[in-house]
Amino acid sequence: MLAIDPLLVGDLDLGDVLVVLLKVVVVFVIGLVATMLMVWFERKAIAGMQNRIGPNKAGPFGILQTLADGIKLFFKEDLIPERSDRFVFKLAPYLSFVPAFLVWTVIPLGGDYTGGRDGLVTWFGRETRVQLADPQVGVLLLLALSSIAVYGIMLAGWSSGSKYPLLGSVRASAQMVSYEAALGMSMAAVLLLAGTLSTSGIVAAQQGTTNWHLISTGILPFMIFMIAATAELNRPPFDLVEAEQELVGGFNTEYSSIRFALFFLAEFMNTITMSAVIVTLFFAGPQPLTIDIGAVQWDGDLMLGPLNGTVWFLLKLLVFLYVYVWFRATLPRLRYDQLMNLGWKVLIPLSLGWFMLLAAFRLGQDQDWNRWIVLVVSVVVLAVCAALLLAATRVSARNREREGAMF
Amino acid sequence: MELFVFVLASAMILGGAVGVIVRNHPVHSALSLVLTLFGVAVMFVSLEAHFLAAVQVIVYAGAIVVLFLFVIMLLGVDQSENLMVEPIPVQRPLALIVGVGLAGVLVTAIVQARSAVQTGTGAGLDNATQTGDHDSNVRQIARSLFSDYVFAFELVSVLLVVAVVGTVLLSRRPARLPDDIGATR
Repeated sequence: MLAIDPLLVGDLDLGDVLVVLLKVVVVFVIGLVATMLMVWFERKAIAGMQNRIGPNKAGPFGILQTLADGIKLFFKEDLIPERSDRFVFKLAPYLSFVPAFLVWTVIPLGGDYTGGRDGLVTWFGRETRVQLADPQVGVLLLLALSSIAVYGIMLAGWSSGSKYPLLGSVRASAQMVSYEAALGMSMAAVLLLAGTLSTSGIVAAQQGTTNWHLISTGILPFMIFMIAATAELNRPPFDLVEAEQELVGGFNTEYSSIRFALFFLAEFMNTITMSAVIVTLFFAGPQPLTIDIGAVQWDGDLMLGPLNGTVWFLLKLLVFLYVYVWFRATLPRLRYDQLMNLGWKVLIPLSLGWFMLLAAFRLGQDQDWNRWIVLVVSVVVLAVCAALLLAATRVSARNREREGAMF
Repeated sequence: MELFVFVLASAMILGGAVGVIVRNHPVHSALSLVLTLFGVAVMFVSLEAHFLAAVQVIVYAGAIVVLFLFVIMLLGVDQSENLMVEPIPVQRPLALIVGVGLAGVLVTAIVQARSAVQTGTGAGLDNATQTGDHDSNVRQIARSLFSDYVFAFELVSVLLVVAVVGTVLLSRRPARLPDDIGATR
């Protein structure tokens, strides 16, 4: 009974339903407030990096700027272009907003997983998890939601009935579908080691810092996941979808008022949830950072009692939120062919090869094979595959050049 | 509760299916198809086949229909077509015959196999709430895919690769000879 939420096993009574409702409300409010703070944080941090002051009028340090912007957007006129497809135009913002919110439901936000405990907490006399839901399909739900999020952007661009939004949305759909493969493949490396799909199971499998999947999968899946996630979020340097120099504003050019606000909210919420997914998959979510080097030993206890896990989770989350802002301030945007080359010719083969390597090691461990022989054989096989792939891309590049294509 | 979910999911599936045919606009048809696929996913969940539901959404709704939409947008076939003009004359009577035949086959299969089919929620599946193992459903599917039916599975993947390679080969324009590049420029 490792990973089924004990709250929902057996008969439900009113109390169970109330606990679930409470969790829904808390997660919803946390999501909204976190997004509000994230917008402020991004503007403030990027202002600092660009030697500006940033928002500083509304509230202390301008922290209420997002609230003011939200209210302003609420009271703006809601324009619907004449040539738009009205129904789809109104539907699209919700299609990108709802998946962004739903990802929160499967992220473990706290709980004590240390020392083999399974993260259960007791609220109002009922055992449950500090996450809204722990479905059997776990991380597959994340993949499903990120593939649903494509619809929002795609339909927004198409239904606007205008040229630039359409171009933006065609780019978006190609980009998001391409990078989903690398995203799923690097996620599979984690699943291979965790042996479960459930998010709380994945967190429970990462006991102690050396067992964090960041280290035990060998860092590469994390790097691929990070890059693919950035592309999936359409954040810089992969923001070709709304490249303002080429496409005005991309898919949301024609949107105004509250519908634009929904897109904006979804974008920033996606950044937060994707960071949370990275923390859960590779950085053990609410598990504390433990140090165990000879004499220096620390079990990561911050003297906060039951809040320990949540605080660790938030600290790790903040690091990734900062990294995303940093990306935006530092890296120039990719060209479209560079984007596709990186996705299809580098990230997907690399993640596939690394996955096979990990699987070979896992099998060798199970069958008691000599570890060095496994390593040598795998490396030779992978090197041959890589050489074949390189030769193929080189030949096709030469052919295209002969045919007179630009890229 | 089960009945309620069944009715709701069936309404989604049928409504979507009718929408695919009735809607004039290709994009609206594709969106109706998404509704149908979601209905099927809900049906899978209510039958305790959680993995199938997730894969249904990821593969069909998330990749295949997105590709449909992509093609519709890219090729710009998003005007409604005049249904009175018939491009291929025998198409409609043929479609009627095939449709009736397919319906007949399906009804016969269901009536004939009624006793053989396991009915009820999660019949024949390892159910997580019964086995107490969170991943028992996934494990069961993986075991039958990668051990019992591994040959068929690999065969299907080869088929897909062949289809992709074939499409690329067929859709490529024949390469010009290096000699006449100078002549055409």
